[in-house]
Amino acid sequence: MTPHTAGRDRSRGDAGAHLAAAHAGKGQTALVRIAIFSLRHPWQASAAILATIIASVLQLLIPRLLGHAVDQAQGILAVGAPGAEQALFWSAMTLLTVSVARGVFTLIQNYFSESVGHHVGYELRLAFYDKVQKLSYSYHDKIHTGDLITVGLLDLDGVRMFFATGLIRVVLLSVLIGVGAYMLLTTDLLLGLLALSFVPFVAWRSSVAQLTLRATWIVLQQKLSGLTRVMEENLGGIRVVRAFSGQKFELDKFDAASREALALSHDRVDIRVRNTSAMTLSFFAAMGLVLWFGGLKVIAGEMSVGTLASFLTFMTILQMPVRQLGLMVNSFARASICGDRLFAFFDEPLAIDDAPGATDLVVTEGTLRFEDVHFTYPGATHATLDGVSFEARAGQTIGIVGAPGAGKSTLAHLIPRFYDIDSGRITIDGQDVSKVTLQSLRRAVAVVQQDSFLFTTTIENNIAYGDPWSKETKIEKAAESAQLHNYIMGLPAGYDTVVGERGISLSGGQRQRLSIARSLVLKPAVMVFDDSTAAIDAGTEHRIRSAIRRYAKDRVTLVISHRLSSLLHADTILFLENGKIVEQGTHEALLAKGGRYRALYDLQTRPAEDIDIGSAAQ
Amino acid sequence: MTSIQDDDRDVAAFPGQRPPRASVGSHRIEEEIFGKAYDPKTVRRIWAFVRPYRLRIYLSVAAVLVFTATQLAIPLIIGRAIDSGMTQGGNSTNLLWAVAAFAVAVILNFGASFVQETEVGKVAEHVLFDMRRAMFAQLQRVSLSFMDKTEVGRLMSRLQGDVNSMQEFLETSVISVGDMVLLVGIVVVLLTLDFRLGLLTLSTMPILFVVRIFWLPPAKRAFWAAHETNSITAGAMAEGINGVRTVQNLDRQKVNFDLFDDKAYANLRTQLTGSRYAQVMVPIVDSLTGIAMAIVVVVGGSLVLNGSLEIGVIVAFLFYIQRFFDPIRSLTMQYSIMQRAMTSGRRITEVLDIPTSITDKPDAISLTRDMDGSVEFRNVNFAYDPDRPVLRNVSFKVQPGETVALVGPTGSGKTSAMALVHRFYEVQSGAVLVGGHDVRDVTQESLGEQVAMVLQEAFLFTGSVFDNIRYNKTSATREDVIAAATAVGAHEFISRLPQGYDTILEQRGSNLSVGQRQLLSFARALVADAKILVLDEATANIDSYTERQIQKALLILLKGRTGMVIAHRLATIRGADRIIVLQNGELIETGNHDQLMAQGGLYAKLYNMNYASFDDIPDELVAQVNARAAST
Repeated sequence: MTPHTAGRDRSRGDAGAHLAAAHAGKGQTALVRIAIFSLRHPWQASAAILATIIASVLQLLIPRLLGHAVDQAQGILAVGAPGAEQALFWSAMTLLTVSVARGVFTLIQNYFSESVGHHVGYELRLAFYDKVQKLSYSYHDKIHTGDLITVGLLDLDGVRMFFATGLIRVVLLSVLIGVGAYMLLTTDLLLGLLALSFVPFVAWRSSVAQLTLRATWIVLQQKLSGLTRVMEENLGGIRVVRAFSGQKFELDKFDAASREALALSHDRVDIRVRNTSAMTLSFFAAMGLVLWFGGLKVIAGEMSVGTLASFLTFMTILQMPVRQLGLMVNSFARASICGDRLFAFFDEPLAIDDAPGATDLVVTEGTLRFEDVHFTYPGATHATLDGVSFEARAGQTIGIVGAPGAGKSTLAHLIPRFYDIDSGRITIDGQDVSKVTLQSLRRAVAVVQQDSFLFTTTIENNIAYGDPWSKETKIEKAAESAQLHNYIMGLPAGYDTVVGERGISLSGGQRQRLSIARSLVLKPAVMVFDDSTAAIDAGTEHRIRSAIRRYAKDRVTLVISHRLSSLLHADTILFLENGKIVEQGTHEALLAKGGRYRALYDLQTRPAEDIDIGSAAQ
Repeated sequence: MTSIQDDDRDVAAFPGQRPPRASVGSHRIEEEIFGKAYDPKTVRRIWAFVRPYRLRIYLSVAAVLVFTATQLAIPLIIGRAIDSGMTQGGNSTNLLWAVAAFAVAVILNFGASFVQETEVGKVAEHVLFDMRRAMFAQLQRVSLSFMDKTEVGRLMSRLQGDVNSMQEFLETSVISVGDMVLLVGIVVVLLTLDFRLGLLTLSTMPILFVVRIFWLPPAKRAFWAAHETNSITAGAMAEGINGVRTVQNLDRQKVNFDLFDDKAYANLRTQLTGSRYAQVMVPIVDSLTGIAMAIVVVVGGSLVLNGSLEIGVIVAFLFYIQRFFDPIRSLTMQYSIMQRAMTSGRRITEVLDIPTSITDKPDAISLTRDMDGSVEFRNVNFAYDPDRPVLRNVSFKVQPGETVALVGPTGSGKTSAMALVHRFYEVQSGAVLVGGHDVRDVTQESLGEQVAMVLQEAFLFTGSVFDNIRYNKTSATREDVIAAATAVGAHEFISRLPQGYDTILEQRGSNLSVGQRQLLSFARALVADAKILVLDEATANIDSYTERQIQKALLILLKGRTGMVIAHRLATIRGADRIIVLQNGELIETGNHDQLMAQGGLYAKLYNMNYASFDDIPDELVAQVNARAAST
């Protein structure tokens, strides 16, 4: 698979269209919405349904034809009628034709119902992916990534398969049982009732079994993921385990988790076996009754052997689909639950989106202004930013300090609109950030985050993440400025080294430098370092700063840091406390002022109340 | 002033094309699906796990045989019932006997299938859990040097995926014994009932065999491709979710959507191909069934005409034909399952065979609390890779109760020295002594009890705060835990958590700050109450307020213990009883702060640079200091 698939034979999957389709039928129950979504492929869906009906009818013909043939053969025996062999031959040919036709229609039924499912799955995945990318930070803050992945994988699967495993089965079973019952009952009422007697019992047992199995499956999955967690944490924290000689303890933890899961697995085996055995037994019991009463009727001359044989064959044919009734019930239950979750996700409003009539941000001077900005996190009781105002011009560096929770990172996240402010205004060259297109805004503002995500790909691609078209020289220059180039060149595969979850792992400091390089590639108008040098030693940080100072004259630089030495050269330092700017000025001015900044400075430069560790030992 | 419009982010230059340096998701193809289906060595190893349950396996095989026999018998009984007097005015006693025989067969069938499915299902689960436990237990013993270079994800896939495919194999293999017997049984019964008709009917069987042989390889490739593209898509989706903040931050949504679309579309195509392969067998099997039935009707009918065949035999034939092709279908599938199981089995045995280089001596003694608590390095040489020595002839002794700070530039061997005290690795030569005993002469468990370790990055487990502090010291009471937390200054923030000490830490404590996690790991070490404490001070840039707290906690932690601290902060270093300066794996200076300052060596020079931490000193400066030192 090459990334370039120019001139493809299909129209591009269109994000908006699928997402819009996923919104269709809002307010309806999940099952209805799934049906509506599946009918976006009307031809395939109708073909599947039609083929299902034809295939089921053909299948019901087979016992008839067989019975007929048996009677013919017996008739030959009895009377030795002329031309009997001819008749037998024609019966055989009909039987063959019906069998082949049934096979072909079953193929059409299965293929098209699966095809509908695969298409639905494809479209739902695109819509899901699109929505994930569009939902704002506040949504992603409140939802566990694991839960979201479950919705995108398992729930989506449950919805996708509903057409084939739910809807089509309804058609199949109605025709088979309905028409089959009609044929049996009209032929011989008593024998028909006996032959069908296993149907309600099996239908009931199989539904109960499937629903119970599903319920225990969910619990089992939880137990198994608990077990997985024990193993993962053990392997990930192997040094702690060894440091405390916790191996035995860990094995006990493993055994406990394992025992529970094993017991549950055994329960599941029991449920399954008990039900399948009971179902088989009831089926054979019904068959025994048909054999006994049918046999008596044959002896009494009320029925032909062929009819009896066709009854028995009927039963064999009905057996499998009736047993699968439980799967159908399960499919409905699953689709309903999964659909509820999936559609709830699709219905989630986009908190942050382009305003109607939004225009692209046009950066001219490069002036960033906060005007009396207030912001409270959803569900929080007190404001995180409480009336913040400041201005920064291109070429300036603004330092931001404050205790944890003072609102420093929040301030950084408001500029590219990861969250929307409650009141006030943030502008870039006079344009309100909430009134320009998100795309143009986020291209103009780069936030270097504390813990930036490392994608599993080459270092080169990771640096070029924001601009995958950028040239090699540009990438290398960014890496050099971020003081990462030498390290990369020391790696066996250099810039082609794969990093991330499935590649080599980088230390915290290396990750932060990579994240700085990423932003440097973009040449943004506003660059925010959100405590993004915490894991980088002061010397390296110093070199990074001098390397990027050359480019800084065209842009506003915001530096958030615990380390005051990072802020020495800032044009202005803002001291945040409880969401308010309480001190503001240059490093020297703030020192001279002798306020909170001064106190923090003293705390850092003279860490020695000289804690005497040695003396504690005595 | 330039606007962002004319930067060289040339998106528009390649309309509709994929950017050259972009991808979403990643995938490692590990499965070998076309390997050997039988490998005696692997089978022997797997058998070792099945052996404890062999009686139950024998029982299930017996049950399968009974089950198959009843399956074979039922159509025969029906045929007999028809032929022995099921004609107008026939004998109902014979019918009664036939029905009674049917009932017996059905009950046997019920019992056998019950026993077989229960036993096989449970044994397979047992074996799965046993295998997983054996691997997990082995991983607790293997040396850290192995763990250092192995990805957790790779091991996890063995602990889960491989074990699951073994389970699948075990479950199906007993059933395929039944299939085999059923196949042979049908052939024998049909030929016995009527040799000519049987032979004719059976002639359709080889056709299916041949078709399956040609169908299987491409079909398997198609199924595999569908499976692979599916996990690729799933991986890309998971990445999109995990990295969503960075994606939005760098405005990659459009590019990613197109790339994801490529993967999802490839999955759609392969799924459809897979469906085609799976479904194409349906009309083939149905046609063959139709042909077989037609043969029975035409040929059987004329045989009846000749008077050489009874009508019940025809009915029996028709019943057999309906389940004729099932065993062939499942047996060919079993082949693929076996291939997969062999690959998995081999990977499982690989884990079980990882050498455990560090083991207790048979006569290892148990280190007790009354040992003196000293730590001594005697001419220690150590390397991970023989060509690159990490520690060179290092000797020093830490007296009981003394606190020693290990200081030195990055790569000087501090962390390795610390790991050796706990015998995470073996020394090349020389010896590490704890309480006067060579660490190789004591049991690892007792060593772990007497040497507590605090790592630079605090690792927390999913579970309550209480469980995390107590960890494996199950004898510690709640009071002990609270006392420890209070001592290190963690009690206050713990009490403010929603459920206090019972608050569950999600995702390894991601709901706590770095500093808080560090304090919890201190509390854990305090509860462990070891005589010796080895500590790697955190370098992370914690805010000044929390850092103060950590410094105080450190003080409490070291009270009354022998301490070896890899120190990064000057406050810690200056406070130590003694400082050991390491450089390039060699011990170059030792003494307390004042002595070292007077000595005027590397330590004094670094100290005089006025950095808050030695790690902050740029490499060049260290190099300069060294160069000067070398020239004088």
